[in-house]
Amino acid sequence: MADTSSLAPPRTAPRRIVPARTLAGALSVAAFFAVWMLGTWWMGPRLCPSPAAVFAFIVRETASGELPAELGITLARVAAAFVIAMTIGTAAGLLMGRSRLANTIGEPWLILLLNAPALIVIVLAYIWIGLTETAAIMAVAINKIPNVTVTIREGARAMDPQLTEMARIYRFSRRQMLTEVMLPQLQPYIAAAARSGIALIWKIVLVVELLGRSNGVGFQIHLYFQLFDVRAILGYTLAFVAVMLVVEFAVLQPWERRASRWRGGAR
Amino acid sequence: MLERDGYRVDIRTKAHRGADGSPVPVIEGLAFTLPERAFTSVIGPSGCGKTTTLRILTGLDTAYDGAIDARFGDARIAVAFQEPRLLPWRTVAQNVALALPPGAERAARVAEALADVGLDGLGERYPSQLSLGQARRAALARAFAVRPDILFLDEPFVSLDESSAQHLRQLLLNLWARYRVTILMVTHNVREAVQLSDHIILLSQRPARVVDVVEVTLARNERDAESTTRFSQELAALYPTIVAL
Repeated sequence: MADTSSLAPPRTAPRRIVPARTLAGALSVAAFFAVWMLGTWWMGPRLCPSPAAVFAFIVRETASGELPAELGITLARVAAAFVIAMTIGTAAGLLMGRSRLANTIGEPWLILLLNAPALIVIVLAYIWIGLTETAAIMAVAINKIPNVTVTIREGARAMDPQLTEMARIYRFSRRQMLTEVMLPQLQPYIAAAARSGIALIWKIVLVVELLGRSNGVGFQIHLYFQLFDVRAILGYTLAFVAVMLVVEFAVLQPWERRASRWRGGAR
Repeated sequence: MLERDGYRVDIRTKAHRGADGSPVPVIEGLAFTLPERAFTSVIGPSGCGKTTTLRILTGLDTAYDGAIDARFGDARIAVAFQEPRLLPWRTVAQNVALALPPGAERAARVAEALADVGLDGLGERYPSQLSLGQARRAALARAFAVRPDILFLDEPFVSLDESSAQHLRQLLLNLWARYRVTILMVTHNVREAVQLSDHIILLSQRPARVVDVVEVTLARNERDAESTTRFSQELAALYPTIVAL
């Protein structure tokens, strides 16, 4: 989030530091696989299948189309819950950050939701709404909304009143006030909420699927857990983590760069 | 004293809440008439309530006792603040366009406004890519682009070097002459007020009240450094507690 371009190291430094960093990163990844293979050797291929076996599983399941289908279903749930949580959480945070009354009214709800364990929200959603898609997505969204609200409220409180005054003088419409004055100031907070939101949501989605859905990555992991197929569990996990990394690098980071273009200007 | 028609201001009391919660009077008996199409300045000791007055007249602050001309609310107003207050995530041209009322010929108005202040060609820049002087020009462009009835200026040339400030003052006078807007400028700088204004409203120490309204009797084409300084010195001699050179 921070702009590090102005903190560039001296000119000779990158040549030495970058390879060293790359090397450290590569070593770390290599160590991960080494530990994994050590586990295979220690526990045996049934309890801890080798990386090669897991990758072979991923390739086979991808070719059959099953893995992409399940991934797609889970991803759709992540996206739906994410959009709902961000929209409601941002609106509530903005309201609570701007209005003392809204904050007083919202505070107890916020504390309640912040401290409600994810599992309880999920179970109650399934009991009250039924074992439906709506219940699943709502349960995930409700788990995330209070975190978004708290972050955005912080941002709303930090907004520059001078710009708001300027906008009032020049009679900005309500829509302009929101899109031209408020949201750009909230952008770093929205980005932070989005990032931690994705990380939290995709973990909870798996639990929701495990408890009350008959498809998706969470259901598959549940299924393979009962079959004691560790290779499949690791395969689904790795594939899903890879997809979330792609979302981070291909969607979130470019969006952030684009949104903070105006910061780059040098005098 | 002011024979022409104008916008009447009568702020009887205005108090801020102090640190201990008790009201601290900021304004007590601030009455004057802002003559139309004239250039009026407000001068007073720092912290005397000048900016509060501006906030009341621009409708940003409504918690006061008194009455201001209803036309302040109806008039199209523009403000050039102490800081340029441009949206940093919008280009200069977008900043000007956003202030325009809906339906105006935006592109043409923006181009004209930027040309007026000598910023043509810099419309695509972001505010962070401008010098302070350029940002102040952009804020002036925005203010004049809305074709205001009343333009409020809150120390618009503070923290500029003297030659840039002098350029901008001349620019302001040209625009004022062209668009014939009513201007109310708050400033600390007496020479600046004398150089630019038709009338100078002198405010007392806090709580602010109007001490006098002085007409600047120098002809506009005779306001050079020397005559401006002389007039300022006379003013300072008359009101030593208010006018500091």
